[in-house]
Amino acid sequence: MIKAILIFNNHGKPRLSKFYEHYSEDTEQQIIRETFHLVSKRDENVCNFLEGGMLIGGSENKLICRHYATLYFVFCVDSSESELGILDLIQVFVETLDKCFENVCELDLIFHVDKVHNILAEMVMGGMVLETNMNEIITQVDAQNKMEKSEAGIAGAPARAVSAVKNMNLPEMPRNINIGDISIKVPNLLSFK
Amino acid sequence: MPAVSKGDGMRGLAVFISDIRNCKSKEAEIKRINKELANIRSKFKGDKALDGYSKKKYVCKLLFIFLLGHDIDFGHMEAVNLLSSNKYTEKQIGYLFISVLVNSNSDLISLINNAIKNDLSSRNPTFMNLALHCIANVGSREMAEAFAAEVPRILVAGDTMDSVKQSAALCLLRLNRTSPDLVLMGEWTARVVHLLNDQHLGVVTAATSLITTLAQKSPEDFKTSVSLAVARLSRIVSSASTDLQDYTYYFVAAPWLSVKLLRLLQCYPPPEDGAIRGRLTECLETILNKAQEPPKSKKVQHSNAKNAVLFEAISLIIHHDSEPTLLVRACNQLGQFLQHRETNLRYLALESMCTLASSEFSHEAVKTHIETVINALKSERDVSVRQRAVDLLYAMCDRSNAKQIVAEMLSYLETADYSIREEIVLKVAILAEKYAVDYTWYVDTILNLIRFAGDYVSDEVWYRVIQIVINRDEVQGYAAKTVFEALQAPACHENLVKVGGYILGEFGNLIAGDSRSSPLVQFDLLHSKFHLCSVPTRALLLSAYIKFINLFPEVKGTIQEVLRSDSQLRNADVELQQRAVEYLRLSSIASTDILATVLEEMPPFPERESSILAKLKRKKGPGNLHPDLDENRKERSANGGTADHSSTTSNAKSSPLSFVGDLLAPASTAPSTKRPRPVSSSYLLQAPLTPIPPQASAVPVLLSAGPLFQVAASPTPSTDLLGLGSTITTQNSAPPASKGTSLLVDVFSENIAAFPVETPVAVGPVADENFSRFVCKNNGVLYENQLLQIGLKSEFRQNLGRMYVFFGNKTSTQFMNFAASVVCQDTLQTQLNVHAKPADPTVDGGAQLQQILNIECMSDFVDAPVLNIQFRYGGTLQNVAVKLPITLNKFFQPTEMTSQDFFQRWKQLGAPQQEVQKIFKAKHSMDTEVTKAKIMGFGAALLDGVDPNPSNFVGAGVIHTKTTQVGCLLRLEPNTHAQMYRLTLRTSRDTVSQRLCDLLSEQF
Repeated sequence: MIKAILIFNNHGKPRLSKFYEHYSEDTEQQIIRETFHLVSKRDENVCNFLEGGMLIGGSENKLICRHYATLYFVFCVDSSESELGILDLIQVFVETLDKCFENVCELDLIFHVDKVHNILAEMVMGGMVLETNMNEIITQVDAQNKMEKSEAGIAGAPARAVSAVKNMNLPEMPRNINIGDISIKVPNLLSFK
Repeated sequence: MPAVSKGDGMRGLAVFISDIRNCKSKEAEIKRINKELANIRSKFKGDKALDGYSKKKYVCKLLFIFLLGHDIDFGHMEAVNLLSSNKYTEKQIGYLFISVLVNSNSDLISLINNAIKNDLSSRNPTFMNLALHCIANVGSREMAEAFAAEVPRILVAGDTMDSVKQSAALCLLRLNRTSPDLVLMGEWTARVVHLLNDQHLGVVTAATSLITTLAQKSPEDFKTSVSLAVARLSRIVSSASTDLQDYTYYFVAAPWLSVKLLRLLQCYPPPEDGAIRGRLTECLETILNKAQEPPKSKKVQHSNAKNAVLFEAISLIIHHDSEPTLLVRACNQLGQFLQHRETNLRYLALESMCTLASSEFSHEAVKTHIETVINALKSERDVSVRQRAVDLLYAMCDRSNAKQIVAEMLSYLETADYSIREEIVLKVAILAEKYAVDYTWYVDTILNLIRFAGDYVSDEVWYRVIQIVINRDEVQGYAAKTVFEALQAPACHENLVKVGGYILGEFGNLIAGDSRSSPLVQFDLLHSKFHLCSVPTRALLLSAYIKFINLFPEVKGTIQEVLRSDSQLRNADVELQQRAVEYLRLSSIASTDILATVLEEMPPFPERESSILAKLKRKKGPGNLHPDLDENRKERSANGGTADHSSTTSNAKSSPLSFVGDLLAPASTAPSTKRPRPVSSSYLLQAPLTPIPPQASAVPVLLSAGPLFQVAASPTPSTDLLGLGSTITTQNSAPPASKGTSLLVDVFSENIAAFPVETPVAVGPVADENFSRFVCKNNGVLYENQLLQIGLKSEFRQNLGRMYVFFGNKTSTQFMNFAASVVCQDTLQTQLNVHAKPADPTVDGGAQLQQILNIECMSDFVDAPVLNIQFRYGGTLQNVAVKLPITLNKFFQPTEMTSQDFFQRWKQLGAPQQEVQKIFKAKHSMDTEVTKAKIMGFGAALLDGVDPNPSNFVGAGVIHTKTTQVGCLLRLEPNTHAQMYRLTLRTSRDTVSQRLCDLLSEQF
């Protein structure tokens, strides 16, 4: 089971936290800090698995983490999950984000917390993997977007506002997440068929 | 912030986020957030109904604020209202808020449940999915009660959409996890199994997860899933990579589903049906074969997905443990991975090999990789991988390679990461003991352990080496020689001094023949370390010295001089002072026969499971350990003595877990070996000197009266301790039963004659040495001198209390003009009323007088009242003043509450002055049961299962005073590693927090 999904940036600022087990808010924040501490001090190119911190259950649980440009994606899982499977799931998550946001960057996660949660909800539910097929996930997300638009005629305005803000001059912002060695644009899934 | 109009709603959010991000300091950020919270609060409270956009925007802002780590304590109601909206956008944001922020907020759950119920019956798949997601994410018991019957129905209904089926399966899985008793098996179980045949692979994946969990609970009900799973797996494995369309991930067919199916099969033994079994073997072979094929893509995703399936297949092969060819192939495959350039694969290979090492078919095959693994230990850059290498070395160790592995682990220890040193130490200690062919090697290994990583050698380890040396004659001389040599080093770890002191004290005579290690040299060597050591070690060394006096009469004078020095006889530490006084006395008045008896060599320890192993199990869980680890301990248990000496051994049943028990046991079983012997010298010395009745102070009796060499005595469950105490008392009064005990009584009487009994009389104004003992209990002996004993019995209810004070006349002469009064000084007068009923003015010799005190707590207080006693004994007037243990916590009423209530109140008491926190060093051993008893004795309700960390303690209660009631929450976090506690008190009054914290922190 997945115990928690955490995304934070290189400075430890949380960008997404989703816990599938109940912790107090204080503990959740401590877990985020502890996890950042464990993950950030590791070199690049070491393995993606490590034992969980004390707060989240110690060696019973594993942290599966991947580092993309400015962001760390960390899944905390128990022994019933396959490590490599989860590692791939993180990749699917990031690729999906990239498709939904078109060249996803840290700012997208900041300004669209709700959307990121929705995408995640299509993949993981109550700590279990719900869907791994990217096309299926994107279809669901698109359907939701359509519904949103149909419900609010003025939907265009906020989108414009967001793009305006994205172009504002904000400091310390790397624009794109470089998704490691997969070039996001190329693997159009249709070509696999 | 400008007024938000409808059109630029999301712009408000963006501006807010930008504002926060531009904040230069934490203070500015908090200020900005508070402003925003106030704004949102006023909007929510305002008269104007908010439209969907505004609600969504505000909820998004709250989510963002929450993510930054700020508590959100409002907006829940608005979110719940959004649930019943007909608009998808609003409903969706409401559910999002609830699943992120409402983990289990009880007052809202019924409202949320209502909304969910409506959505589940709406037949709108999107709404149904939202509702199912919410149930799965919150997963509270109330939800389980409401929907445990409904969800299975949705899952197996014929007309349910695929996406809803997926959600329903996982939702049911979650409910089964949180409230397994509510998810009842029924006719739906058979139909769930058939979901494995579903067309939609997403449904199959979700169903497989569900069935795996349910099958662990009731394997019989889901037995049929095996054949279906094998069939499905076989179809996936043999499919061309294009057959599964979207479920093909980087040229690997449905990797997640394959992994799940392989996991499901690990719930069952190998299939009995030959055909199914054959098909499964075929699948596994195909997966193993594919590993050797050239990759279809260079992308890491391709190899990750492929290897995820491969590792799961290997796990299944190891689980079945029945096909030698597959096992060996698996082992070879892992061997390849051990040298793979991908760190992840090396990590996983080491991990899988650990389990493979325990299979008899493959143990030998695993052993062939020893060099690679040792190399990994030395050269891996990543500590996680090195840790796996340590685990694997431990698992593959047997008699043939033990020396090599132990040597490698020892040399690694010198450079090992701090985080894993303690574990390595435990593992080395276990392996060294388990595979020791000759015990000189064992002794060397443990001494090296202490030398390389002394700080990480826990007490269990050095206790164990002493047990083994004591129990095995052939190694004693060697051990004495080796520790003597090791102690020559200019800087020794304190643990080495402990082992050295113990062993030389017992067996120093075995090497005394050599002039280089003559008795005086041995003594000087030990004593040169004395001043560098902590109190418990010094205490141990003092005991070693008295043993020396017995072993080597020629150094008696030197040692007596040391004991006589002011730094010993007047040492500020009571334990050291007491030992010095007693040992000095013992050495000067006891005849050599008595000395020889009292200080005889320790008897063999009874054999039992190694406490080191128990410790490692606690640390790691049983999974990583060999089941046969105690095989050779059994052979050795034959020489353990059996106890038949009833009166003194009645308390010998020490608790099985604690090592303190181990050390105590020999002392109490001593009389059963060969001939009657004293219980333990220091018990005897103790008994007449400090005649504390057993019920007065269970803990101190143990602390000061531990057997000669017991260091760091710790309060084990108190019944044991009481047992100890009462044995001493009975010995005191019972007529000598055997030659052995009569000897004891002789020692007693000599001591009593020699010492004009000088128990610590309250010289100063007010005696309060027993005061803190009463914080967590109500009855016992408060004070005692040679004339008078004061006992207490008290009860408290709300803000009232009654205390019975018993004055015992210990002499045979009557006390005249006896008067006792209670004084409340200064401010205490207004805070506490104590009314003493008048008592008789005389107390006959040997009799007891009872006085009743009525107590009323007016408001919270800090000081304690003083009990003044005056009486005439013989011709002189005696004055005694004792602090009465009436403390604020006596007016506690325990309050039971649920986890959510607790944390809610905890949050409400969040103001800085309401919280008092203290971090302090443990004074006693950190035994969970004792701690629980203390917290309950303190008066608070001990709340189980509230803190997510089970080793923490939380308590709740209400302090009753006449004027107010003060709610109190407390939390105690032990850190056994550092031997520290952190105690946090939150109450609605700062003075109460402070006082309770001071009182309770003194107790551990």
